[in-house]
Amino acid sequence: MISSLTQAERGAAMLITLAGMVAGLAMAAAGQGDPMGAHGWIVLLFFALFFGLLARAAYGSDELEDRSLAYYDDPTKVGILLSLAWAVIAMGMGVWVAAQLAWPDLRFDAAWSGFGRLRPVHTSGVIFGFGGNALIATSFHIMQRTSRARMPGQVAPWFVLFGFNLFCLIAASGYLMGVTQSKEYAEPEWYADIWLVVVWVVYFTLYIRTLARRREPHIYVANWYYLAFILVVAVLHIVNNLAVPASWTGAKSYSAFSGVQDAMTQWWYGHNAVAFFLTSGFLGMLYYFLPKRAERPIYSYRLSILSFWGITFFYIWAGSHHLHYTALPHWVQTLGMTFSVMLLVPSWASAGNALMTLNGAWHKVRDDATLRFMMVAAVFYGLSTFEGSFMAIRPVNGLSHYTEWTIGHVHAGAMGWVALITFGSIYALVPGLWRRETMYSWKAVEWHFWIALAGTVIYVFAMWNSGIIQGLMWRTYGESGTLRYSFTDSLVAMHPYYVARAFGGLLFVTGAIIGAWNVVMTIRHVPRQVPERDHPTTSETMEPALPAAE
Amino acid sequence: MSVLAFLIPVTLVMGALGLAAFFWSLRSGQYEDLTGDAERILFDADDTPLTPPRTSSRRDTTSKETTK
Ligand code: HEM
Ligand code: HEM
Repeated sequence: MISSLTQAERGAAMLITLAGMVAGLAMAAAGQGDPMGAHGWIVLLFFALFFGLLARAAYGSDELEDRSLAYYDDPTKVGILLSLAWAVIAMGMGVWVAAQLAWPDLRFDAAWSGFGRLRPVHTSGVIFGFGGNALIATSFHIMQRTSRARMPGQVAPWFVLFGFNLFCLIAASGYLMGVTQSKEYAEPEWYADIWLVVVWVVYFTLYIRTLARRREPHIYVANWYYLAFILVVAVLHIVNNLAVPASWTGAKSYSAFSGVQDAMTQWWYGHNAVAFFLTSGFLGMLYYFLPKRAERPIYSYRLSILSFWGITFFYIWAGSHHLHYTALPHWVQTLGMTFSVMLLVPSWASAGNALMTLNGAWHKVRDDATLRFMMVAAVFYGLSTFEGSFMAIRPVNGLSHYTEWTIGHVHAGAMGWVALITFGSIYALVPGLWRRETMYSWKAVEWHFWIALAGTVIYVFAMWNSGIIQGLMWRTYGESGTLRYSFTDSLVAMHPYYVARAFGGLLFVTGAIIGAWNVVMTIRHVPRQVPERDHPTTSETMEPALPAAE
Repeated sequence: MSVLAFLIPVTLVMGALGLAAFFWSLRSGQYEDLTGDAERILFDADDTPLTPPRTSSRRDTTSKETTK
């Protein structure tokens, strides 16, 4: 990897790592006795590692490769591997957290392993670690392919990828030490937030610079989805994290907003994080890899563009549906509710567009588990957006809010849509990226698909059931007009569902482990492909799903 | 609601930016050949960037023709 950097690039990279080491040292010194000090050491070690690697290769020769002849894929490869590593860790955390809800003793009485600290490790780990790395990796791939141009330079992509992972590392280790801003999905403290802004600005400029170099006049629709993801997440992140550090030497800050204003800012952020982190970028993945894999153009390209502008303009207004029946003015709640219902239209347009693309290629869906991942992801996307629009209606939310139903909705989207489209895209991408003939084991892909689907269905059904039971128990009144059930009664009623959820999650993470293993085996053991093709659809789809069927 | 006095302008500015981007895309001829645009991502026999026009290759000229 380093050998393909020019001397100038190595110099620049060493300067950056050096600056990072100084910053880490400063944090470690200033933050002594505070979690910030520990973070300082992490930052220092992180940059020292890269400094060491660069220094070892500092005087190597310049690679003579002509850069205009190939895309720059190394960052994509590393990003895919990082994404899979985070998937296994963070989904493993999810299973642990789920098991703690069923069997609270699994906390083992340590401070760091309590539910409140592990839960954000799960949520940030899956959203940012697994999802974020997959988004960065695939965006590097797609922006170059659809522009038919190579990225400018070779330092910026590494800065984005590793800088982002440093953010994830600081976030996760901070939670274990009890560091949090208490804003869901925005828990990391001020210094991590500032760092992410730097990384994100570089990411955005890298994307724009690549598009500016494009040799293909048209900007393919997937790029719009990725750009919206990058740009809107930047704005949301900055606004929601406006805070005043309690001191420059500690991991503690106070939000610039208070009370219901803070809540509204948080859920304006929170909902759009769902929209632009967990939806927009992944739709970009869908709109690129699904047509590629099916070897058919998207059913209606016009509709894909319309749905893009639809979700961009509607989503921004929907955040207040998280604050129904609160101190938030009634009309603001109604506004959020209205836009949430309207959102169903562009959402279903995307889901329908994806499924219509497959119409006429169902034999491929039947035979090719990779394409099936994408197909099922589109179905879950349709399902969870329908459910979301329904839950946003105020009286329905009165039943669903605070219950496991929300968790069911979240995971129908997160596992069924986000994770499945990611796995499908990874399987579509890996052989071509490493120039391998095919995945190491297509049977393992098949297994992964069925295990993941079973895990998702078990998880989601368990939470739907338990959520509705819970909601109904909380609003059942006895003869005398008092509540019929105590909170503990409802908790006891949840137990079997919590066990089922933990089991479903265990299946899901097993699938992820199989996937990671299969990718590693593909890289290590599958022979190189001689004629270079971008992806191996024909060879793989030709393989019958059931060998005996012939 | 002072928070809305803040969030609504932020949101409107984001919307305006989106609108500007949309008009740019409309004006710069992004939507003139939707069928070709959707299909071109499927052609990738060699999976390499297009080389600059100086060293013009066969694929280079075909892709230009389909859009304009
Ligand atoms: C191995 C599979 C998984 C398991 C066992 C699992 C388990 C859990 C558990 C137990 C919670 C806490 C629920 C509560 O507080 O009542 C949770 C929350 C959450 N998980 Fe997962 N999860 C899994 C996969 C995923 C994936 C793949 C994603 C995202 C891509 C995800 C995103 C989230 C989010 C966003 C929340 C917070 C929900 C909220 O606050 O409403 N999870 N998960
Ligand atoms: C049309 C699209 C959607 C709408 C209108 C919608 C609406 C909603 C509503 C009403 C809630 C419950 C809020 C509450 O009672 O607190 C919610 C929660 C949530 N939704 Fe959706 N949803 C949509 C799509 C999605 C998708 C595709 C995902 C993908 C992963 C997703 C992830 C989440 C998460 C993570 C939460 C939990 C937030 C939290 O409390 O921590 N949603 N959504």
